[in-house]
Amino acid sequence: MPEVAAAASEVRRIALAGNPNVGKTTLFNRLTGLRQKVANYPGVTVERKTGPLQEAPGVEVVDLPGTYSLNPKSMDEKVAYEVLAGRMDGEAVPDVVGCVVDATNLERNLYLATQVMDLGLPTVIALNMMDAAEADGLTVDVRELALRLGVPVVPISAKTGEGVDRLRAALLHPPAAPPGPRWPLQPPVRSALDDLTAALADAAPDVPERQRFSDALGALTSEPLLAGWADRAPDFHAAVLAKRRALEDEKVPYQQAEMMGRYGYLAPIVQGLVTHRKDPSERTTSDKIDAVLTHRVFGPVLFVALLVVIFQAVFSWAVPAMDAIEGLIGALSAGTRALLPDGIVEDVLVEGAIAGVGNVLIFLPQILLLFFFLGLMEDTGYMARTAFIMDRLMRRLGLSGASVVPLLSSYACAIPGIMAARTLPNERDRLITIMVAPLMSCSARLPVYVLFIAAFIPAGTAFGIFGYQGLAMFGLYVLGTLMAFAAAWVLKKFVFKGESSLFVMELPPYRLPQWQYIFQRMYDRSKVFVLRAGKIIFGLSILLWFLAAYPQTDPPAAWVAEREAARTQYDALAARATLASDPVTRAGLESQAAAQQDTLQALDDAEAGRQVQHSFIGYLGRSIAPVMEPLGFDWKISAGLVMAFAAREVIVSTLATLYSVGDADESSPILRDAIKADTYADGTPVFTPLVAVSLLVFFVFALQCMSTLAIARRETNTWKWPVVMWLYMFALAYLSSLLVYQGGQWLGWG
Amino acid sequence: MAVTLDALRPGERATVVGFSSDTPPARLLEMGLLPGTTVEVVRLAPLGDPMDLKVRGFHLSIRKHEAALVEVTPTA
Repeated sequence: MPEVAAAASEVRRIALAGNPNVGKTTLFNRLTGLRQKVANYPGVTVERKTGPLQEAPGVEVVDLPGTYSLNPKSMDEKVAYEVLAGRMDGEAVPDVVGCVVDATNLERNLYLATQVMDLGLPTVIALNMMDAAEADGLTVDVRELALRLGVPVVPISAKTGEGVDRLRAALLHPPAAPPGPRWPLQPPVRSALDDLTAALADAAPDVPERQRFSDALGALTSEPLLAGWADRAPDFHAAVLAKRRALEDEKVPYQQAEMMGRYGYLAPIVQGLVTHRKDPSERTTSDKIDAVLTHRVFGPVLFVALLVVIFQAVFSWAVPAMDAIEGLIGALSAGTRALLPDGIVEDVLVEGAIAGVGNVLIFLPQILLLFFFLGLMEDTGYMARTAFIMDRLMRRLGLSGASVVPLLSSYACAIPGIMAARTLPNERDRLITIMVAPLMSCSARLPVYVLFIAAFIPAGTAFGIFGYQGLAMFGLYVLGTLMAFAAAWVLKKFVFKGESSLFVMELPPYRLPQWQYIFQRMYDRSKVFVLRAGKIIFGLSILLWFLAAYPQTDPPAAWVAEREAARTQYDALAARATLASDPVTRAGLESQAAAQQDTLQALDDAEAGRQVQHSFIGYLGRSIAPVMEPLGFDWKISAGLVMAFAAREVIVSTLATLYSVGDADESSPILRDAIKADTYADGTPVFTPLVAVSLLVFFVFALQCMSTLAIARRETNTWKWPVVMWLYMFALAYLSSLLVYQGGQWLGWG
Repeated sequence: MAVTLDALRPGERATVVGFSSDTPPARLLEMGLLPGTTVEVVRLAPLGDPMDLKVRGFHLSIRKHEAALVEVTPTA
């Protein structure tokens, strides 16, 4: 179509704006197909989704974050505002704005639409959810609505695709610009704005004329928007302050003028143009579902039941996939070893890079499953209900109802938990949630818990039902959770005091999930996780490997001789076994050879242990041992803790190396026995039950996870919070272990 | 007779008449809770707070703490 091509050369960038939960992303997917890019806006964690408009080469569509108002309150809303107002670095002003509104909830949706129109950009209203409106018995006089508002209105259903082609055409042929504001303002506010618009024209001539009214209004009513002018146009800034004072003196409620004006204008329009076939006070399906899901009794019960299912999924269903990834990483290591010649390159690749990235990838199945459930909860509208149900409880602890899901996710892994905190509308609540999320016992602590509980907690039962070991495990989870609550309370009381949190949340109607959208988000978010966290971990893993492998020392002569002899003996046994014709003799020789191989392995393990002892890590372990001694930790545990900085579960393999038991995991009885048998020079055991408890407590509290630090850096956009997080958790870990060990000794439990 | 919104029980309706604070949270107003608006308390959360309100045809959840800032006159 030639005319589409001609228009396409003018319209290059289309921005989609709209309230949350109006199907904006579904529409975005319809418009762009699957060729979209997800990145982050510079300096913030808000996702920037763009894609080429289908059937219109060279036209880009930007999916802005959902917002209720252009008077930004959250990070998401700030991004939407800045892109539309042309104030986002590196983002060109859109040529046309597609404003997506929910036909079943027109009044509040059009509030934002009129704000967008006031920016003076060509605007097309996409009247979405026409299918749902029909089901609800609503009809909208679309023609008349377009006439009244003065912009094109295209009825669509993003879900079914109906009307999307017409919307695409309308976006490519938009009218020049919407008419000026048609909504009324109180006369004193109107005249103040006229003056301010003129002041802005003088003070900041670069602001396009079409946008002056919107900017003046924003500066008059919003603190953050006014602050933006302080440096850019000080005269305008001063003029706004003067007008505010004047209006306050006259007792004009100018703060409410915009809302009163817009809603006062919209309410009669919507009431006149929307006809209800059903009685609007009749309970909708959504209301009936809510009567159960937010019921006084059933609500919490069903919520807990859902959590149990999610936990089950993350802890058990993810295991086969995690094992498979572990197997793949192992195969990759073995393959690389076979391909490359022995030496540094091979070691760096296999033990540094592949093992390090493997430590990240292993969490991917859990993260994918969690994002699946989170996506399902978000997409159906249930997420808002969990916040509704839990808010009262969580508020007492300094959190908000919306913190529940991020914190629960953190039982699996703090990384998706911290990422899920994005759903928190309040910045203070989001930061507190992020700061305490790593205290929830994640699955990476599990191997450490398992090893030491199995080694030091007796297998008996209390009252014949509760196993001591299970109780100990449960106790560790409770300990972490209670500490998270306490930390949240302290943060609220002393760090983020003063900033009061507001809970004003829409409970959107329940909708059937759109699987494609959920899977796509799982993919997008996992990709971000793997790429970003992976990069940091990759580097640190190589560093840690280097610290554990260097300086390399030659094995002692006695060991070399012993190994040589063992090797010769093994080769001889193996050769004789192949030559033996009598099956009984052969079996005997083979078993002798196998025993000899074990001896060889033990020798190699001992040498690996000696090597680590003399490495930088061993040196570090020994040098921090005096600091850790009051907690009951010897240099080996200290070295293990240093290694576990990268990832908690690494302590198990580090101890295995130090105790020379080869490839052991947490359930290996050999490692368990080696740990129990270890003694100091004077013969006292290194690990007593008290040391084990002290170490477990240390692991409950300490933040030993590079991935968490990396993701916290990404989500808070500063190193400040991850550093504070690491320090306070380390202090908690150290002091609690100190208390446990010293207190225990004082009580004579040593 | 004006009461504050947090005092209403589930099922009760009221009309907003004003705010007990000079600077009510902007978000409340932007969500359409303005003088003259009809509000219905649909239900309370299982622990009694926050409230589920029906305003301008949609469900809005706010805490009683914020609801206490909204002055209303109950309607039959």
